[in-house]
Amino acid sequence: MSDLNTAMIEKYRNSFLHEVEANVEEGEWVKMCMQCGVCSGSCPLGNAWEHPPQEIFMMIRAGKRDDVLSSDAMWMCTSCYNCIARCPRGLPITHIMHGLAHYAKRLGLAPKNQPTAKFAQLFWDNLMKKGRVNELKLGLSLYFMNGFGEGIKTALKMKNIGLGMLKTKRMSPAEAFGGHGVKDISGLHKMIKKAQELEDARIGQSAK
Amino acid sequence: MAKHEYSFYPGCSSQKGASSSNYLTSVETMCEELDIQLNHIPDWNCCSASIGYAGGGELPRLALSARNIALSEEHNAGQEIVATCAACWLATRETSERLAEDESLMAEANQALAEAGLKLKNETPIKHMVEVLIEDIGYDTIGEKVKKPLEGIKIAGYVGCQTNRPFGIHGESFENPQYLDKLVETLGADPVKNYDKKVQCCGGALAFSEPDKSQEMIKGIIEAAYDGGADMIVTPCPVCQMNVEVYQDHINEKFGTKFKMPVVYYSTLMSVAFGRSAKDAALDGQVIPAKKLEEIAK
Repeated sequence: MSDLNTAMIEKYRNSFLHEVEANVEEGEWVKMCMQCGVCSGSCPLGNAWEHPPQEIFMMIRAGKRDDVLSSDAMWMCTSCYNCIARCPRGLPITHIMHGLAHYAKRLGLAPKNQPTAKFAQLFWDNLMKKGRVNELKLGLSLYFMNGFGEGIKTALKMKNIGLGMLKTKRMSPAEAFGGHGVKDISGLHKMIKKAQELEDARIGQSAK
Repeated sequence: MAKHEYSFYPGCSSQKGASSSNYLTSVETMCEELDIQLNHIPDWNCCSASIGYAGGGELPRLALSARNIALSEEHNAGQEIVATCAACWLATRETSERLAEDESLMAEANQALAEAGLKLKNETPIKHMVEVLIEDIGYDTIGEKVKKPLEGIKIAGYVGCQTNRPFGIHGESFENPQYLDKLVETLGADPVKNYDKKVQCCGGALAFSEPDKSQEMIKGIIEAAYDGGADMIVTPCPVCQMNVEVYQDHINEKFGTKFKMPVVYYSTLMSVAFGRSAKDAALDGQVIPAKKLEEIAK
């Protein structure tokens, strides 16, 4: 268990809702949920959620901290924004789900081997290298994210899709060597480092 | 001088050798015909799309889009920002709105930007190319440019998610937006009426991490197009385009279907209808060829 997690448990012993409000992106909206269930019914992957959004909101208020943060529910969000468009109370549900997923990851509570959690991290790491996404490397790292053996199997299964993309020049082997990127990469890295420090400080402050 | 000028944010997937490079080609052709000049934002970066949240917290992600807006305000001052990618548009506009609402986040974003020698004023409207077409150019002007009407082609207008929600196009409903159908009609083609899956999710980035769940949704999108008698699907979103086009063989294998449905961009249709060549319309970028458009573009 991470130190930050221990500190947060200590600090917010009596209210997981307060913890979410203080530390999760758009978390201050959670208390506005009126449990109508439109979000859960509108979610294209609704049946794949261990706990649909409406339930997550109630669980937060009920203090079910571990059940929420270690759930793979939020990682089922496809970012379709149906829930946001339909929520009668105007909750930015998509963003709250992203925020919860990020917070769970930050505390080391996100489920291990959750495919979207892994892919989402690969995506971030990929774009951070050069400031722009390298689709070829991202695709390959995705195929091999569960080890070499499975990677080869996936790569074979995807072979024809890859060939189609190559033929239409929508994929380029040249991207394996360098590839696109921003010129001021050092400025971008310094900017992100600063943003991370400011955010870490804000969340660290809240644990005290 | 061009009649319309914008600060353009092309996005990662539109780059040379990337998955929607064909989108950019057809957009450039379309813009030439409509006298729209796109001034690229110099040294733009990835917006982190809708899947950057595992590694990127709120502020780092907002900083990415803030950098693009700041660069635009510095180099393309006074020009509205236009994005062609749904995720680019959404992330940039979301950033602009959230920073406008929250002074402390805005201050922190500028603290981060200062490390790269930039400053955000956040005074720039963020538009999707579809808004430019509908609001700044208009159906009538588009119709006047049509040299080769797309007669006899039936097209399912697949709007998808992120061009439609949460911001959407002014005056359109989230549940049944009409603009893509109107555009299809303007170009002389025949829109599929009551296309069931017009705003259905294709899985987005989860097509990579949850392929089975996503392909089930994609199957529905294609099936409904066939049910409506469509010859092809048109979409404004690069993720929709790729997801719906390239997995059809896998879906056929899994479900015993016989899908072979071309999926094109609105800019592909427009380039062909405006009389441009197959190459200019990027028809060579179709993994599933759009034969009916090829015939017209000959």
